[in-house]
Amino acid sequence: MFVVLRNPKREIELSGPKNVEALLARLEIVPESVIVIRNDELVTRDARLVDSDRVEIRPVTSGGA
Amino acid sequence: MRCRRCKADAIIDLRRHNAAFCRDCFVHHCHEQVRRAIHDYEMIEPGARVLVAVSGGKDSLALWHILRELGYEADGLYLGLGIGTYSDESGDFARAFAQRFDLTLHEIDLPADLGFDIPEGARTVRRSPCGVCGLSKRHLFNQAASTHGYDIVATGHNLDDEAAVLFGNTLRWDDEYLARQFPVLPATDGFVRKVKPLVRVGEREMAAYCVVLGIDYILEECPMAVGNRHLAYKELLNSLEERSPGAKAAFLFNFLDRAHERFADAAVVDKDDLLRCTICGSPTPGEVCAFCRLQARACAAPDSVPVTLRGAAS
Ligand code: SF4
Ligand SMILES: [Zn+2]
Ligand SMILES: [Zn+2]
Repeated sequence: MFVVLRNPKREIELSGPKNVEALLARLEIVPESVIVIRNDELVTRDARLVDSDRVEIRPVTSGGA
Repeated sequence: MRCRRCKADAIIDLRRHNAAFCRDCFVHHCHEQVRRAIHDYEMIEPGARVLVAVSGGKDSLALWHILRELGYEADGLYLGLGIGTYSDESGDFARAFAQRFDLTLHEIDLPADLGFDIPEGARTVRRSPCGVCGLSKRHLFNQAASTHGYDIVATGHNLDDEAAVLFGNTLRWDDEYLARQFPVLPATDGFVRKVKPLVRVGEREMAAYCVVLGIDYILEECPMAVGNRHLAYKELLNSLEERSPGAKAAFLFNFLDRAHERFADAAVVDKDDLLRCTICGSPTPGEVCAFCRLQARACAAPDSVPVTLRGAAS
């Protein structure tokens, strides 16, 4: 699958993870710090993934006071 | 996963609430959380005029949208900080949002209107950019609200922001800051009321809110934030939250409900003793307020002296 990461923006190709939770675990990303968008739709942790999916992992943490 | 309210396919899971929601029920959930915060902390009475501090980021745009959805009279103020392309782009997002929903957006540009920008100002006065930025925002939002007849300034601080600030204040047991940390700061002479209606929603929820409603916001992080303590605290709290969902909310709300009042004595400034700044008229303990002193020093920086002056002597 095609994975879009941000800050800085980059794209990687991956195969294997069967759902969102497994994908985040593979990339060592804390689920609480991101939202996941699959083919333009927001999805939950248990959403199934297939290798033809395009997945954006968008960080939600902003800095500053 | 299924939506807790209507059993349709869920688009987001919120472990803190032990729930997942479909699109419509999620939007409803966000509105309800904000409605409840406004009610619980008596933030905004019907008919009040609210000025939203708009940055072009997800929180402030979502806040503005939600306040309008809940029927409040809310206009926006965008403050251009002069932080390179980050400021140019965030301003564009704020303007596009206002235009799309036909809302009133006021603007102040720090470099053009006040003669300095955040990075340069911070260098000159030898303070952190976020310190200078925070001081400027507090001053200018309050001043703009007072001059334009707004009763309340609303900011997009969310549950994660407040929990991270509380974490920092608690690590240092900074009783003055703990005394001041509350979702509503009442109006006093010269200061309008300040409210944080997003205190019950997390930043994941606000990002998701923007995505499902098609609200475009700046995804880039402010370059000044990189590596700051606030971000580090958020990371720590998020790994804690992963292990015990609800930890952030419990930390913050138990403080607000049970511990905050115990720090009341530490609130130092006696508002009755304040004078008026001789430059801008804002309340201040000294003669000139902190912002006017900052502005004077930042504008006197050598590289902001106009070149014509140097050439004129020869
Ligand atoms: S990160 Fe710091 S400098 Fe940037 S907008 Fe936030 S407070 Fe201002
Ligand atoms: Zn539903
Ligand atoms: Zn002043």
